[in-house]
Amino acid sequence: MATMTTPAVTTTVDLSVQSVRDLNSALHKAREGSWHVTRPDGAHNLAVGLDAPLDVRIDGHAGYYCAGMNQHATVTVHGNTGVGTAENMMSGTVRVRGNASQSAGATAHGGLLVVEGDAAARCGISMKGVDIVVGGSVGHMSAFMGQAGRLLVCGDAGDALGDSLYEARIYVRGRVKSLGADCVEKEMRGEHLEDVRELLTAAAFTDIDPSEFRRYGSARALYHFDVDNSSAY
Amino acid sequence: MCGIAGIQVRDPALEPRLGWLLAGMLHQAAERGPDSAGVALYGDALLSPPGHASVSLLAPGMTPSELAERVGPDATVVPVGQTTVVHAPCSAGELEKRVRAAGTGATVIGRGADLAVLKGVGHPDTLAEEFGLRSATGRQGVVHTRMATESAVTPEGAHPFAVADDLCLVHNGSFANHATLRRELIAEGAEFDSANDSEVGARFVAARLAEGHDLEKSLRLLCERFDGFYTLLVTTGDTFAVVRDAIACKPAVVAETDAWVAMASEYRCLAGLPGIENARIFEPEPEEVYTWRR
Repeated sequence: MATMTTPAVTTTVDLSVQSVRDLNSALHKAREGSWHVTRPDGAHNLAVGLDAPLDVRIDGHAGYYCAGMNQHATVTVHGNTGVGTAENMMSGTVRVRGNASQSAGATAHGGLLVVEGDAAARCGISMKGVDIVVGGSVGHMSAFMGQAGRLLVCGDAGDALGDSLYEARIYVRGRVKSLGADCVEKEMRGEHLEDVRELLTAAAFTDIDPSEFRRYGSARALYHFDVDNSSAY
Repeated sequence: MCGIAGIQVRDPALEPRLGWLLAGMLHQAAERGPDSAGVALYGDALLSPPGHASVSLLAPGMTPSELAERVGPDATVVPVGQTTVVHAPCSAGELEKRVRAAGTGATVIGRGADLAVLKGVGHPDTLAEEFGLRSATGRQGVVHTRMATESAVTPEGAHPFAVADDLCLVHNGSFANHATLRRELIAEGAEFDSANDSEVGARFVAARLAEGHDLEKSLRLLCERFDGFYTLLVTTGDTFAVVRDAIACKPAVVAETDAWVAMASEYRCLAGLPGIENARIFEPEPEEVYTWRR
Protein backbone atom coordinates (compact mmCIF):
# COMPACT_ATOMS: atom_id res chain seq x y z
CA MET A 1 0.00 0.00 0.00
CA ALA A 2 1.27 3.44 -0.90
CA THR A 3 2.24 5.77 1.89
CA MET A 4 0.05 8.83 1.78
CA THR A 5 2.26 11.63 2.88
CA THR A 6 3.17 14.73 0.93
CA PRO A 7 5.17 13.21 -1.87
CA ALA A 8 8.41 14.24 -3.45
CA VAL A 9 7.55 11.99 -6.36
CA THR A 10 4.32 10.62 -7.79
CA THR A 11 2.13 8.80 -5.29
CA THR A 12 0.04 5.98 -6.66
CA VAL A 13 -3.34 5.15 -5.14
CA ASP A 14 -4.89 1.89 -6.30
CA LEU A 15 -8.64 2.11 -5.67
CA SER A 16 -9.01 -1.65 -5.84
CA VAL A 17 -7.01 -1.64 -2.58
CA GLN A 18 -7.69 1.76 -1.01
CA SER A 19 -10.98 3.59 -0.58
CA VAL A 20 -12.14 6.82 -2.16
CA ARG A 21 -12.11 8.33 1.32
CA ASP A 22 -8.45 7.32 1.73
CA LEU A 23 -7.68 9.01 -1.56
CA ASN A 24 -9.57 12.21 -0.90
CA SER A 25 -8.24 12.54 2.68
CA ALA A 26 -4.69 12.23 1.41
CA LEU A 27 -5.32 14.75 -1.37
CA HIS A 28 -6.83 17.21 1.10
CA LYS A 29 -3.77 16.98 3.36
CA ALA A 30 -1.27 17.43 0.54
CA ARG A 31 -0.15 20.91 -0.51
CA GLU A 32 1.80 19.84 -3.59
CA GLY A 33 2.83 16.82 -5.60
CA SER A 34 1.69 14.40 -8.27
CA TRP A 35 -0.85 11.65 -7.76
CA HIS A 36 -1.70 8.69 -9.90
CA VAL A 37 -5.05 7.01 -9.29
CA THR A 38 -5.60 3.54 -10.71
CA ARG A 39 -8.60 1.20 -10.91
CA PRO A 40 -11.28 3.88 -10.40
CA ASP A 41 -13.89 1.54 -11.97
CA GLY A 42 -16.51 4.30 -12.10
CA ALA A 43 -16.25 5.28 -8.42
CA HIS A 44 -17.97 8.53 -7.45
CA ASN A 45 -16.48 11.64 -5.84
CA LEU A 46 -12.90 11.13 -6.96
CA ALA A 47 -10.57 14.04 -6.19
CA VAL A 48 -13.34 16.32 -4.96
CA GLY A 49 -12.74 19.45 -2.92
CA LEU A 50 -9.05 19.84 -3.73
CA ASP A 51 -7.62 23.22 -2.81
CA ALA A 52 -3.89 23.02 -3.60
CA PRO A 53 -1.90 22.94 -6.84
CA LEU A 54 -1.74 19.16 -7.03
CA ASP A 55 -1.43 17.20 -10.23
CA VAL A 56 -3.82 14.23 -10.22
CA ARG A 57 -3.99 11.67 -12.98
CA ILE A 58 -6.87 9.17 -12.95
CA ASP A 59 -6.41 6.14 -15.18
CA GLY A 60 -9.81 4.72 -16.09
CA HIS A 61 -13.43 5.78 -15.95
CA ALA A 62 -14.63 7.94 -13.06
CA GLY A 63 -18.15 8.20 -11.62
CA TYR A 64 -20.16 11.19 -10.45
CA TYR A 65 -18.81 14.59 -9.37
CA CYS A 66 -15.22 13.85 -10.33
CA ALA A 67 -13.00 16.83 -9.37
CA GLY A 68 -16.01 18.70 -8.05
CA MET A 69 -15.35 22.00 -6.23
CA ASN A 70 -11.78 21.97 -7.51
CA GLN A 71 -9.48 24.85 -6.59
CA HIS A 72 -5.94 25.15 -7.96
CA ALA A 73 -5.45 21.46 -8.80
CA THR A 74 -4.99 19.89 -12.22
CA VAL A 75 -7.03 16.70 -12.58
CA THR A 76 -6.75 14.60 -15.73
CA VAL A 77 -9.04 11.63 -16.30
CA HIS A 78 -7.82 9.11 -18.84
CA GLY A 79 -11.30 7.75 -19.40
CA ASN A 80 -14.94 8.86 -19.19
CA THR A 81 -16.58 10.66 -16.29
CA GLY A 82 -20.07 10.48 -14.80
CA VAL A 83 -22.60 13.14 -13.88
CA GLY A 84 -21.42 16.53 -12.59
CA THR A 85 -17.76 16.49 -13.61
CA ALA A 86 -15.94 19.49 -12.04
CA GLU A 87 -19.22 20.81 -10.69
CA ASN A 88 -18.78 24.09 -8.89
CA MET A 89 -15.10 24.27 -9.79
CA MET A 90 -13.49 27.52 -8.61
CA SER A 91 -10.07 27.36 -10.31
CA GLY A 92 -7.54 24.91 -11.69
CA THR A 93 -7.89 22.60 -14.67
CA VAL A 94 -9.91 19.44 -15.17
CA ARG A 95 -9.36 17.47 -18.36
CA VAL A 96 -11.41 14.44 -19.40
CA ARG A 97 -9.73 12.46 -22.18
CA GLY A 98 -12.96 10.58 -22.94
CA ASN A 99 -16.60 11.63 -22.66
CA ALA A 100 -18.31 13.38 -19.76
CA SER A 101 -21.87 12.61 -18.67
CA GLN A 102 -24.55 15.20 -18.02
CA SER A 103 -24.10 18.47 -16.14
CA ALA A 104 -20.35 18.72 -16.67
CA GLY A 105 -19.05 22.00 -15.22
CA ALA A 106 -22.39 22.73 -13.52
CA THR A 107 -22.38 26.00 -11.55
CA ALA A 108 -18.59 26.27 -11.89
CA HIS A 109 -17.17 29.70 -11.03
CA GLY A 110 -13.72 29.50 -12.56
CA GLY A 111 -10.93 27.35 -13.90
CA LEU A 112 -10.84 25.37 -17.13
CA LEU A 113 -12.77 22.19 -17.90
CA VAL A 114 -11.70 20.36 -21.06
CA VAL A 115 -13.68 17.39 -22.34
CA GLU A 116 -11.85 15.87 -25.27
CA GLY A 117 -14.79 13.70 -26.29
CA ASP A 118 -18.48 14.53 -25.99
CA ALA A 119 -20.26 16.09 -23.04
CA ALA A 120 -23.86 14.97 -22.49
CA ALA A 121 -26.93 17.04 -21.64
CA ARG A 122 -26.80 20.24 -19.59
CA CYS A 123 -23.07 20.82 -20.00
CA GLY A 124 -22.27 24.09 -18.24
CA ILE A 125 -25.69 24.38 -16.62
CA SER A 126 -25.76 27.55 -14.50
CA MET A 127 -22.08 28.20 -15.27
CA LYS A 128 -20.79 31.18 -13.31
CA GLY A 129 -17.41 32.00 -14.79
CA VAL A 130 -15.77 28.73 -15.79
CA ASP A 131 -14.24 28.13 -19.20
CA ILE A 132 -15.45 24.87 -20.75
CA VAL A 133 -13.94 23.47 -23.94
CA VAL A 134 -15.52 20.39 -25.48
CA GLY A 135 -13.68 18.62 -28.29
CA GLY A 136 -16.79 16.76 -29.41
CA SER A 137 -20.46 17.65 -29.08
CA VAL A 138 -22.69 18.69 -26.20
CA GLY A 139 -26.20 17.42 -25.39
CA HIS A 140 -29.44 19.28 -24.95
CA MET A 141 -29.93 22.27 -22.62
CA SER A 142 -26.23 23.04 -22.46
CA ALA A 143 -25.30 26.33 -20.75
CA PHE A 144 -28.86 26.47 -19.38
CA MET A 145 -29.14 29.63 -17.25
CA GLY A 146 -25.44 30.29 -17.72
CA GLN A 147 -24.44 33.45 -15.89
CA ALA A 148 -20.79 33.98 -16.80
CA GLY A 149 -17.88 32.22 -18.42
CA ARG A 150 -17.30 30.69 -21.83
CA LEU A 151 -18.47 27.42 -23.40
CA LEU A 152 -16.65 26.40 -26.56
CA VAL A 153 -17.93 23.37 -28.48
CA CYS A 154 -15.85 21.99 -31.33
CA GLY A 155 -18.63 19.66 -32.48
CA ASP A 156 -22.41 20.09 -32.46
CA ALA A 157 -24.84 21.31 -29.79
CA GLY A 158 -28.15 19.60 -28.94
CA ASP A 159 -31.57 21.12 -28.46
CA ALA A 160 -32.23 24.33 -26.51
CA LEU A 161 -28.65 25.58 -26.36
CA GLY A 162 -28.27 28.47 -23.94
CA ASP A 163 -31.85 28.40 -22.70
CA SER A 164 -32.56 31.31 -20.32
CA LEU A 165 -28.99 32.46 -20.65
CA TYR A 166 -27.68 35.43 -18.67
CA GLU A 167 -24.19 36.47 -19.72
CA ALA A 168 -22.14 33.40 -20.59
CA ARG A 169 -20.57 33.33 -24.05
CA ILE A 170 -21.11 30.28 -26.22
CA TYR A 171 -19.05 29.33 -29.28
CA VAL A 172 -20.05 26.37 -31.45
CA ARG A 173 -18.15 25.11 -34.47
CA GLY A 174 -20.74 22.61 -35.73
CA ARG A 175 -24.51 22.48 -35.99
CA VAL A 176 -26.81 23.79 -33.27
CA LYS A 177 -29.95 21.66 -33.18
CA SER A 178 -31.99 24.48 -31.66
CA LEU A 179 -31.51 27.55 -29.50
CA GLY A 180 -33.24 27.83 -26.13
CA ALA A 181 -35.44 30.69 -24.97
CA ASP A 182 -33.69 34.07 -25.23
CA CYS A 183 -30.53 32.63 -26.79
CA VAL A 184 -29.54 34.16 -30.12
CA GLU A 185 -26.67 34.00 -32.57
CA LYS A 186 -24.39 37.02 -32.35
CA GLU A 187 -21.73 38.56 -34.51
CA MET A 188 -18.17 37.20 -34.24
CA ARG A 189 -15.95 40.24 -33.79
CA GLY A 190 -12.21 40.37 -33.31
CA GLU A 191 -12.42 40.07 -29.55
CA HIS A 192 -14.48 36.90 -29.95
CA LEU A 193 -12.00 35.33 -32.35
CA GLU A 194 -9.39 36.12 -29.71
CA ASP A 195 -11.61 34.42 -27.11
CA VAL A 196 -11.84 31.28 -29.24
CA ARG A 197 -8.12 31.28 -29.95
CA GLU A 198 -7.35 31.63 -26.25
CA LEU A 199 -9.68 28.75 -25.32
CA LEU A 200 -8.38 26.44 -28.05
CA THR A 201 -4.82 27.17 -26.96
CA ALA A 202 -5.66 26.59 -23.30
CA ALA A 203 -7.22 23.24 -24.23
CA ALA A 204 -4.30 22.40 -26.58
CA PHE A 205 -6.67 21.98 -29.52
CA THR A 206 -4.24 23.71 -31.81
CA ASP A 207 -5.32 22.27 -35.15
CA ILE A 208 -8.73 23.99 -35.17
CA ASP A 209 -9.33 27.26 -36.99
CA PRO A 210 -11.00 29.86 -34.71
CA SER A 211 -12.87 31.34 -37.66
CA GLU A 212 -14.98 28.17 -37.93
CA PHE A 213 -16.92 29.03 -34.77
CA ARG A 214 -20.16 30.94 -34.40
CA ARG A 215 -21.11 32.88 -31.31
CA TYR A 216 -24.33 32.62 -29.30
CA GLY A 217 -25.45 34.67 -26.34
CA SER A 218 -28.35 36.14 -24.44
CA ALA A 219 -30.85 38.41 -26.18
CA ARG A 220 -31.39 39.85 -22.67
CA ALA A 221 -35.15 39.86 -23.17
CA LEU A 222 -35.87 37.72 -20.11
CA TYR A 223 -33.81 39.66 -17.56
CA HIS A 224 -36.75 41.47 -16.05
CA PHE A 225 -40.36 40.43 -15.80
CA ASP A 226 -42.36 41.72 -18.70
CA VAL A 227 -45.96 40.73 -19.02
CA ASP A 228 -45.57 40.52 -22.78
CA ASN A 229 -43.06 37.73 -22.25
CA SER A 230 -45.23 35.75 -19.86
CA SER A 231 -45.58 32.87 -22.31
CA ALA A 232 -41.80 32.56 -22.46
CA TYR A 233 -41.22 32.40 -18.71
CA MET B 1 -33.57 7.12 -7.33
CA CYS B 2 -33.45 3.50 -8.42
CA GLY B 3 -30.75 1.37 -9.97
CA ILE B 4 -31.00 -0.57 -13.20
CA ALA B 5 -28.59 -2.99 -14.79
CA GLY B 6 -28.95 -5.70 -17.38
CA ILE B 7 -26.99 -7.77 -19.85
CA GLN B 8 -27.69 -9.73 -22.99
CA VAL B 9 -25.02 -12.33 -23.57
CA ARG B 10 -23.88 -12.99 -27.12
CA ASP B 11 -21.03 -15.36 -26.36
CA PRO B 12 -22.54 -18.67 -25.16
CA ALA B 13 -19.41 -19.23 -23.07
CA LEU B 14 -20.67 -16.49 -20.73
CA GLU B 15 -24.09 -18.07 -20.16
CA PRO B 16 -22.95 -20.19 -17.20
CA ARG B 17 -21.59 -16.99 -15.59
CA LEU B 18 -24.67 -14.81 -16.12
CA GLY B 19 -25.70 -14.84 -12.45
CA TRP B 20 -22.19 -14.08 -11.28
CA LEU B 21 -22.05 -11.07 -13.61
CA LEU B 22 -25.52 -9.90 -12.51
CA ALA B 23 -24.64 -10.22 -8.82
CA GLY B 24 -21.70 -7.87 -9.35
CA MET B 25 -23.91 -5.41 -11.21
CA LEU B 26 -26.61 -5.59 -8.53
CA HIS B 27 -24.06 -4.94 -5.79
CA GLN B 28 -22.86 -1.77 -7.52
CA ALA B 29 -26.47 -0.60 -7.95
CA ALA B 30 -27.40 -1.23 -4.31
CA GLU B 31 -26.78 2.33 -3.12
CA ARG B 32 -29.29 3.62 -5.66
CA GLY B 33 -32.07 1.51 -4.16
CA PRO B 34 -31.50 -0.21 -0.84
CA ASP B 35 -35.13 -0.99 0.07
CA SER B 36 -35.97 -3.81 -2.31
CA ALA B 37 -34.66 -5.49 -5.41
CA GLY B 38 -35.52 -7.88 -8.17
CA VAL B 39 -33.96 -10.00 -10.86
CA ALA B 40 -35.16 -11.39 -14.18
CA LEU B 41 -33.36 -14.37 -15.67
CA TYR B 42 -33.90 -15.62 -19.20
CA GLY B 43 -32.88 -19.25 -19.60
CA ASP B 44 -31.72 -20.19 -16.10
CA ALA B 45 -31.01 -23.92 -16.07
CA LEU B 46 -32.62 -24.47 -12.67
CA LEU B 47 -35.65 -22.15 -12.81
CA SER B 48 -36.63 -22.65 -16.43
CA PRO B 49 -35.00 -25.78 -17.84
CA PRO B 50 -35.14 -26.31 -21.62
CA GLY B 51 -38.65 -27.25 -22.73
CA HIS B 52 -40.21 -25.96 -19.51
CA ALA B 53 -42.16 -22.73 -19.16
CA SER B 54 -41.95 -20.86 -15.86
CA VAL B 55 -44.35 -18.88 -13.70
CA SER B 56 -42.97 -16.80 -10.81
CA LEU B 57 -45.10 -16.15 -7.73
CA LEU B 58 -45.16 -14.12 -4.56
CA ALA B 59 -46.81 -15.47 -1.42
CA PRO B 60 -48.34 -18.69 -2.68
CA GLY B 61 -49.78 -19.27 0.81
CA MET B 62 -48.97 -22.98 0.86
CA THR B 63 -45.97 -25.24 1.03
CA PRO B 64 -44.06 -26.07 -2.17
CA SER B 65 -45.25 -29.67 -2.04
CA GLU B 66 -48.90 -28.58 -1.66
CA LEU B 67 -48.48 -26.21 -4.56
CA ALA B 68 -46.82 -28.89 -6.72
CA GLU B 69 -49.62 -31.29 -5.92
CA ARG B 70 -52.27 -28.79 -7.00
CA VAL B 71 -50.52 -27.63 -10.17
CA GLY B 72 -49.90 -31.16 -11.42
CA PRO B 73 -47.44 -34.03 -11.32
CA ASP B 74 -45.26 -32.64 -14.13
CA ALA B 75 -44.71 -29.31 -12.29
CA THR B 76 -41.63 -28.50 -10.26
CA VAL B 77 -41.85 -25.88 -7.52
CA VAL B 78 -38.68 -24.04 -6.56
CA PRO B 79 -38.83 -21.69 -3.55
CA VAL B 80 -36.33 -18.86 -4.03
CA GLY B 81 -36.29 -16.43 -1.11
CA GLN B 82 -39.54 -14.45 -1.05
CA THR B 83 -40.39 -15.76 -4.53
CA THR B 84 -41.57 -19.16 -5.72
CA VAL B 85 -40.94 -20.35 -9.28
CA VAL B 86 -43.01 -23.11 -10.85
CA HIS B 87 -41.89 -24.76 -14.08
CA ALA B 88 -43.45 -27.49 -16.18
CA PRO B 89 -43.17 -28.87 -19.73
CA CYS B 90 -46.10 -26.92 -21.17
CA SER B 91 -46.76 -23.42 -22.52
CA ALA B 92 -46.44 -20.41 -20.24
CA GLY B 93 -50.11 -19.59 -20.78
CA GLU B 94 -51.22 -23.06 -19.79
CA LEU B 95 -48.94 -23.13 -16.76
CA GLU B 96 -50.21 -19.75 -15.58
CA LYS B 97 -53.80 -21.02 -15.86
CA ARG B 98 -52.93 -24.12 -13.88
CA VAL B 99 -51.17 -22.08 -11.20
CA ARG B 100 -54.11 -19.68 -10.90
CA ALA B 101 -56.55 -22.61 -10.83
CA ALA B 102 -54.61 -24.01 -7.88
CA GLY B 103 -56.34 -21.32 -5.85
CA THR B 104 -53.28 -20.05 -4.08
CA GLY B 105 -54.17 -16.39 -4.31
CA ALA B 106 -50.53 -15.76 -5.16
CA THR B 107 -49.44 -12.76 -7.18
CA VAL B 108 -48.00 -13.85 -10.52
CA ILE B 109 -44.86 -11.72 -11.03
CA GLY B 110 -43.51 -13.33 -14.18
CA ARG B 111 -44.27 -15.88 -16.82
CA GLY B 112 -42.64 -17.01 -20.01
CA ALA B 113 -41.05 -19.72 -22.09
CA ASP B 114 -37.87 -19.31 -20.06
CA LEU B 115 -38.26 -16.21 -17.88
CA ALA B 116 -37.98 -16.40 -14.10
CA VAL B 117 -38.52 -13.31 -11.92
CA LEU B 118 -37.25 -13.08 -8.36
CA LYS B 119 -37.96 -10.14 -6.09
CA GLY B 120 -38.28 -9.16 -2.50
CA VAL B 121 -37.88 -6.56 0.21
CA GLY B 122 -34.44 -6.14 1.77
CA HIS B 123 -30.94 -5.05 0.93
CA PRO B 124 -30.01 -6.05 -2.61
CA ASP B 125 -26.90 -7.94 -1.50
CA THR B 126 -28.95 -9.95 1.01
CA LEU B 127 -31.53 -10.70 -1.65
CA ALA B 128 -28.79 -11.79 -4.09
CA GLU B 129 -27.77 -14.38 -1.50
CA GLU B 130 -31.40 -15.47 -1.01
CA PHE B 131 -31.81 -15.82 -4.76
CA GLY B 132 -28.55 -17.75 -5.14
CA LEU B 133 -27.88 -15.24 -7.86
CA ARG B 134 -24.18 -15.96 -8.28
CA SER B 135 -24.87 -19.47 -9.52
CA ALA B 136 -27.70 -18.50 -11.90
CA THR B 137 -27.25 -19.05 -15.62
CA GLY B 138 -28.88 -17.86 -18.82
CA ARG B 139 -28.59 -15.72 -21.92
CA GLN B 140 -30.09 -12.46 -20.63
CA GLY B 141 -30.70 -10.94 -17.23
CA VAL B 142 -31.91 -7.77 -15.58
CA VAL B 143 -31.50 -6.44 -12.04
CA HIS B 144 -33.22 -3.54 -10.31
CA THR B 145 -32.72 -1.86 -6.95
CA ARG B 146 -35.60 0.26 -5.73
CA MET B 147 -35.74 3.45 -3.72
CA ALA B 148 -39.51 3.78 -3.41
CA THR B 149 -41.09 7.16 -4.04
CA GLU B 150 -44.75 6.86 -4.96
CA SER B 151 -45.90 3.53 -3.51
CA ALA B 152 -45.18 1.21 -0.61
CA VAL B 153 -42.09 -0.92 -0.12
CA THR B 154 -43.53 -4.39 -0.73
CA PRO B 155 -42.36 -7.39 -2.76
CA GLU B 156 -45.18 -6.65 -5.24
CA GLY B 157 -43.93 -3.07 -5.59
CA ALA B 158 -40.39 -4.17 -6.40
CA HIS B 159 -39.25 -4.36 -10.00
CA PRO B 160 -39.03 -6.04 -12.51
CA PHE B 161 -42.59 -5.91 -13.77
CA ALA B 162 -43.07 -8.92 -15.97
CA VAL B 163 -46.74 -8.74 -16.94
CA ALA B 164 -46.85 -10.66 -20.24
CA ASP B 165 -45.08 -13.73 -21.58
CA ASP B 166 -41.31 -13.16 -21.53
CA LEU B 167 -41.76 -9.39 -21.15
CA CYS B 168 -39.88 -7.61 -18.37
CA LEU B 169 -39.61 -3.89 -17.55
CA VAL B 170 -37.49 -2.02 -15.02
CA HIS B 171 -37.73 1.71 -14.45
CA ASN B 172 -35.69 4.47 -12.88
CA GLY B 173 -37.78 7.61 -12.48
CA SER B 174 -41.40 8.47 -11.88
CA PHE B 175 -44.34 8.73 -14.24
CA ALA B 176 -46.40 11.86 -13.66
CA ASN B 177 -49.61 10.75 -15.41
CA HIS B 178 -49.66 7.13 -14.30
CA ALA B 179 -53.05 7.39 -12.61
CA THR B 180 -54.72 8.53 -15.84
CA LEU B 181 -53.02 5.83 -17.87
CA ARG B 182 -53.83 3.22 -15.23
CA ARG B 183 -57.54 4.07 -15.57
CA GLU B 184 -57.29 3.81 -19.36
CA LEU B 185 -55.59 0.43 -19.16
CA ILE B 186 -58.13 -0.84 -16.62
CA ALA B 187 -60.88 0.26 -19.01
CA GLU B 188 -59.14 -1.80 -21.70
CA GLY B 189 -59.23 -4.82 -19.38
CA ALA B 190 -55.85 -4.73 -17.64
CA GLU B 191 -55.60 -5.96 -14.04
CA PHE B 192 -52.93 -4.53 -11.76
CA ASP B 193 -50.93 -6.23 -9.04
CA SER B 194 -49.53 -3.14 -7.32
CA ALA B 195 -49.93 0.62 -6.88
CA ASN B 196 -46.53 1.15 -8.50
CA ASP B 197 -46.33 3.65 -11.39
CA SER B 198 -43.79 1.49 -13.18
CA GLU B 199 -46.32 -1.33 -13.45
CA VAL B 200 -48.45 1.06 -15.52
CA GLY B 201 -45.56 1.35 -17.98
CA ALA B 202 -45.21 -2.42 -18.14
CA ARG B 203 -48.98 -2.93 -18.66
CA PHE B 204 -48.95 -0.26 -21.37
CA VAL B 205 -46.11 -1.98 -23.25
CA ALA B 206 -47.83 -5.36 -22.84
CA ALA B 207 -51.06 -3.93 -24.27
CA ARG B 208 -49.26 -2.46 -27.27
CA LEU B 209 -47.38 -5.71 -27.91
CA ALA B 210 -50.71 -7.58 -27.69
CA GLU B 211 -52.05 -5.28 -30.41
CA GLY B 212 -49.27 -6.52 -32.68
CA HIS B 213 -46.72 -3.71 -32.37
CA ASP B 214 -43.10 -4.70 -31.95
CA LEU B 215 -41.15 -3.66 -28.86
CA GLU B 216 -39.54 -0.66 -30.52
CA LYS B 217 -42.88 0.74 -31.69
CA SER B 218 -44.47 0.00 -28.31
CA LEU B 219 -41.77 2.04 -26.57
CA ARG B 220 -42.22 4.91 -29.03
CA LEU B 221 -45.91 4.89 -28.15
CA LEU B 222 -44.97 4.91 -24.46
CA CYS B 223 -42.86 8.04 -25.06
CA GLU B 224 -45.91 9.70 -26.65
CA ARG B 225 -48.26 8.91 -23.78
CA PHE B 226 -46.14 8.91 -20.62
CA ASP B 227 -45.20 12.11 -18.89
CA GLY B 228 -42.46 12.23 -16.28
CA PHE B 229 -38.96 10.91 -15.79
CA TYR B 230 -37.85 7.54 -16.99
CA THR B 231 -34.98 5.43 -18.01
CA LEU B 232 -36.41 2.05 -18.94
CA LEU B 233 -34.76 -1.27 -19.66
CA VAL B 234 -37.30 -3.55 -21.32
CA THR B 235 -36.61 -7.11 -22.39
CA THR B 236 -38.44 -9.86 -24.23
CA GLY B 237 -37.27 -13.37 -25.02
CA ASP B 238 -35.01 -12.12 -27.79
CA THR B 239 -34.78 -8.33 -27.43
CA PHE B 240 -33.02 -5.97 -25.03
CA ALA B 241 -34.30 -2.37 -25.26
CA VAL B 242 -33.44 0.95 -23.61
CA VAL B 243 -35.32 4.25 -23.74
CA ARG B 244 -35.09 7.54 -21.83
CA ASP B 245 -37.52 10.43 -21.58
CA ALA B 246 -37.01 13.73 -23.39
CA ILE B 247 -35.29 15.41 -20.43
CA ALA B 248 -33.02 12.41 -19.80
CA CYS B 249 -32.11 13.36 -16.25
CA LYS B 250 -32.21 9.74 -15.10
CA PRO B 251 -28.82 8.29 -15.93
CA ALA B 252 -28.07 5.48 -18.35
CA VAL B 253 -24.92 4.07 -19.84
CA VAL B 254 -24.66 1.33 -22.45
CA ALA B 255 -21.60 -0.81 -23.11
CA GLU B 256 -21.22 -3.26 -25.95
CA THR B 257 -18.65 -5.84 -26.99
CA ASP B 258 -18.78 -8.81 -29.35
CA ALA B 259 -19.55 -10.99 -26.32
CA TRP B 260 -22.38 -8.97 -24.73
CA VAL B 261 -24.40 -5.78 -24.60
CA ALA B 262 -25.14 -4.29 -21.18
CA MET B 263 -26.87 -1.25 -19.76
CA ALA B 264 -26.83 0.29 -16.30
CA SER B 265 -27.71 3.42 -14.38
CA GLU B 266 -24.04 3.97 -13.62
CA TYR B 267 -20.81 2.88 -15.24
CA ARG B 268 -19.58 1.28 -12.03
CA CYS B 269 -22.22 -1.46 -12.47
CA LEU B 270 -20.51 -2.40 -15.73
CA ALA B 271 -16.92 -2.01 -14.55
CA GLY B 272 -16.57 -5.69 -13.63
CA LEU B 273 -17.78 -7.11 -16.96
CA PRO B 274 -15.21 -9.09 -18.94
CA GLY B 275 -13.70 -7.00 -21.73
CA ILE B 276 -15.17 -3.72 -20.47
CA GLU B 277 -11.85 -1.99 -21.11
CA ASN B 278 -12.41 -2.43 -24.86
CA ALA B 279 -16.19 -1.96 -24.90
CA ARG B 280 -17.98 0.69 -26.91
CA ILE B 281 -19.51 2.87 -24.20
CA PHE B 282 -22.16 5.53 -24.73
CA GLU B 283 -25.11 7.23 -23.11
CA PRO B 284 -28.48 6.68 -24.81
CA GLU B 285 -29.97 9.80 -26.38
CA PRO B 286 -33.33 11.09 -25.08
CA GLU B 287 -36.47 9.58 -26.64
CA GLU B 288 -34.47 7.29 -28.85
CA VAL B 289 -35.39 3.62 -28.62
CA TYR B 290 -32.37 1.33 -28.68
CA THR B 291 -32.90 -2.38 -29.29
CA TRP B 292 -30.56 -5.33 -29.52
CA ARG B 293 -31.84 -8.68 -30.77
CA ARG B 294 -30.24 -11.98 -30.09
